[in-house]
Amino acid sequence: MRSTAGLISMLGVCAALMLPTPVALAYTAFVTNEKDNTVSVIDTDKLEVIKTFKVGNRPRGIILSKDGKWLIICASDDNIIQVYDTKTFKFIKSLPSGPDPELLILHPSGNPLYVANEDDNLVTVVDLKQGKILTDIPVGVEPEGMGMSPDGKVLVNTSETTNMAHFISTETNKTFDNVLVDARPRVAIFNKAGTQLWVSSEIGGTVTVINPEDRKVIGKVRFEIPGINKEAIQPVGVRITADDKKAFVALGPANRVAVVDTETLKVEKYLLVGQRVWQLGFTPDYKLLFTTNGTSNDVSVIDVERQKVIKSIRTGRYPWGIVVAPF
Amino acid sequence: MAVTKIANPPDVALSFAVTRWGLALAILLAALCFTGSTRGFAQGAAGAGAELDAPKKDVLAIPIVLAREKRDKPLPLSLLDLPPTDDGIAGAQLGIKDNNTTGQFVNQEFILDVVEDSDPDKLIKEIKAKVDAGAHFVLTDVAPTTLLKLADAVGEKEVLLINYGSADDGLREENCRQHVMHTAPTRAMLADALAQYLVWKKWRRWFLVLGPNEDDKLFADALRRAAKRFGAKIVEERTFNYEIGNRRADGGFEQVQQQIPTFTQEAPDYDVLVVADEGNLFGDYLPYRTWDARPVAGTAGLVATSWHPAIEMWGGTQFQNRFKRLANRNMRPLDYNAWMATRIIGEAATRKNSGSFSDLAPFIKSPEFALSAFKGVRLSLRDWNGQLRQPVPILSPKLLVSVSPQPGFLHQFTELDTLGVDKPETKCKAYTQ
Repeated sequence: MRSTAGLISMLGVCAALMLPTPVALAYTAFVTNEKDNTVSVIDTDKLEVIKTFKVGNRPRGIILSKDGKWLIICASDDNIIQVYDTKTFKFIKSLPSGPDPELLILHPSGNPLYVANEDDNLVTVVDLKQGKILTDIPVGVEPEGMGMSPDGKVLVNTSETTNMAHFISTETNKTFDNVLVDARPRVAIFNKAGTQLWVSSEIGGTVTVINPEDRKVIGKVRFEIPGINKEAIQPVGVRITADDKKAFVALGPANRVAVVDTETLKVEKYLLVGQRVWQLGFTPDYKLLFTTNGTSNDVSVIDVERQKVIKSIRTGRYPWGIVVAPF
Repeated sequence: MAVTKIANPPDVALSFAVTRWGLALAILLAALCFTGSTRGFAQGAAGAGAELDAPKKDVLAIPIVLAREKRDKPLPLSLLDLPPTDDGIAGAQLGIKDNNTTGQFVNQEFILDVVEDSDPDKLIKEIKAKVDAGAHFVLTDVAPTTLLKLADAVGEKEVLLINYGSADDGLREENCRQHVMHTAPTRAMLADALAQYLVWKKWRRWFLVLGPNEDDKLFADALRRAAKRFGAKIVEERTFNYEIGNRRADGGFEQVQQQIPTFTQEAPDYDVLVVADEGNLFGDYLPYRTWDARPVAGTAGLVATSWHPAIEMWGGTQFQNRFKRLANRNMRPLDYNAWMATRIIGEAATRKNSGSFSDLAPFIKSPEFALSAFKGVRLSLRDWNGQLRQPVPILSPKLLVSVSPQPGFLHQFTELDTLGVDKPETKCKAYTQ
């Protein structure tokens, strides 16, 4: 357990000097362990778990507040959102949500918070400061993925059984378009330029890339891995590099992360990681990518530039979500 | 179709085995519900852009008929297993509801029309009238003989029958029909799923106990086939003959406690007792009462089934919750099979943005078609007999134990086809001719 910020940076510097690659600043990664009801805290420099703390039941989606002070977690089986202090790991408060919150995203201004409630076909809009529900937005069956356009004007929610990406105006809190994608869409994410929206379809086995401007499908990413049954290729987590050139796609029980060229939409490489890889998270400098591997109880660490898996770190049971804080 | 522009699922009229008055009342009720529900749609569905730019399209109504043959069956032993009156139907209702949540975004509305009768001929006549009037999709929970008669009665029409109620392998094999598909797993699939697990567990020596009924014999056949296929051995086989009495009497356990140990006495050494008792009329007497201390699997103890109220994987929790809110009870395998049948039609209609038979039927049969059904992988139809290929959960009474296919049982195309009759073995000719 770290005591002061000074110590952390010192440790960080030491570790950085000792490790040949990659030279990264020390950040802190937070991983929700769905089965253990805990969060594992990882020092991204030492690449080890430095602390594990108890949270609510069935923690899944996890994000940071804009100022980095709060860790915001979906405690799915408690039907609430929990807020923890990112430095002391102390519980601060609960926020209301609909039933079974799974994934969430913040407006770029830092408020409000948008929550996908898997159990009632609603996206809930929550005021972070006042801790109250502002409104609910009706969407398809089993809302899950949440993507926010870089300008904060458009929220995209995916519904797992309706198989659509719902485009929602953050001004009116109403859907203004719905795009059909392949079966069981899990994650939606915009690129930095706001010119592409990536939606992964877990059961369909594809990633659909949509032009947010006209909501037309630009293309689909398809995956093929020799020796792996096509039913096992189940895209879930997607993260796009800072320069918008490469996308990393977690392929579930195929135990691989695909590296995709965002222009050609072709897979360049498959990186072998732990088992049932779902969510992904970059360090703030985009040098490392962490993957949560549900059934092998670990996270894999990918060196983004070299496109190599450099380490796996044991976490709690069934690691689910991940976020990396810039300190 | 008698019923066209109506209904959102929680309100779907339950039984249409009716008089004209009943029908009229149902339409009226449903119409009332519809006016209530459209308001909800406009908000979430059409959305800001659509409302401004495009004139609102007419909602396309897609009727789905559900045919249920009421059969007199003796009640199962356990109070927990008594079938609810809406067994299967509630699953179809949830399917309709899920289809309609999606339908609101693409201007489609699905309507469930339930027809029930205990007389197969009357039932067939009624269904035929609906098909003649333009219904294209019929879900069935009827006896195999009734299904064959029904299939032949409507065979000339543009119609797709989806069997969700019968596990009979013959319907997929020598008696297969080009316009009949099946969401219910077959006896062979269930037996193979269980056998793979038992063999994985290295419980290869089986003591087979079967009931005296025709269905029990068929499941026993499936178990024998599975044993041979996956390298297990049936070392002993006994038929449990019994008189069906009342399932409940004050007491009863005193006699059973004596009876089962002696019935299972003097068997050669075995690893697991495998029971074939599809009606659950005696199988549940076996666990904890056998002469030798051995586990029980088959139709009691450890079972292979398409669904169970304890399944929570692959997003199943929300699915179970939705069902419970709708039906006020747990989801049973028949409900799940009916839900899948309803969703097959909904999924095709969404993808093709159409309700027309010529658009949907070929698509459903094509390799592009995929159904997502809380089993962790995409499900599709076997193109040689219309059977939905699916993983099969293995469960103890309260918990998921495993999911077959088991690791190590390999297949050239998809491991899911290690369960049930595979393409090279099929006796179905309707699909290739």
